[in-house]
Amino acid sequence: MPPRKLVTGFLLATGSLAGSVLVRRRAARRRERIDLYAEDGSMHSFAEGSPEALRLLPLAYEILASP
Amino acid sequence: MLAPMDAAQAISDLTEISPQIRYVAVLAADGSVAGSNLFDEAAATRLADGARRLVEAAESMRPGVAQLEAATVTGSVFVVRDGDRMIAATTTPEPTVGLVFYDLKTCLRSVEAAKPPARKRRAPAKKQEPDDAAA
Repeated sequence: MPPRKLVTGFLLATGSLAGSVLVRRRAARRRERIDLYAEDGSMHSFAEGSPEALRLLPLAYEILASP
Repeated sequence: MLAPMDAAQAISDLTEISPQIRYVAVLAADGSVAGSNLFDEAAATRLADGARRLVEAAESMRPGVAQLEAATVTGSVFVVRDGDRMIAATTTPEPTVGLVFYDLKTCLRSVEAAKPPARKRRAPAKKQEPDDAAA
């Protein structure tokens, strides 16, 4: 196989990998969640689907929809 | 140290420096709405009530909640507490979380807490010397 084709293939594979990582990261960031920050400085994050998020997210939807 | 100012001015400054923030309501210690950028009073009350319920629900799960963010695909809800007072805000999706919390805390602290009017101290009454003392 000519080295030029090898380089092109390698670049395509690397680009695809980098693209998929970026898309995954962005999708992960877009996930709905509840972050609770306590007075002692600790933080608890509840992703969508958790019992805490299931209880709190509807209240947030209500607030966002109301004005 | 921030100079105390009225809620309307503080909220105006907040929304000017933080374009991610859509609607804000400052809740006084008694639960009333101390200020908001919502022109409709009923909408401000709905935002305040919703934020209070959100904090109460969060508090029942994890006691000692000082601030919270509820992130959804349509936007986020932020609530920050300072003693009995609270500030609640809605933002655009994917806000800069740290910056929003900082701006909300600054706004809440700059709003002058409703204080009872200070009682003036009376100067101690001068003792009247008896007239015959001079004589």
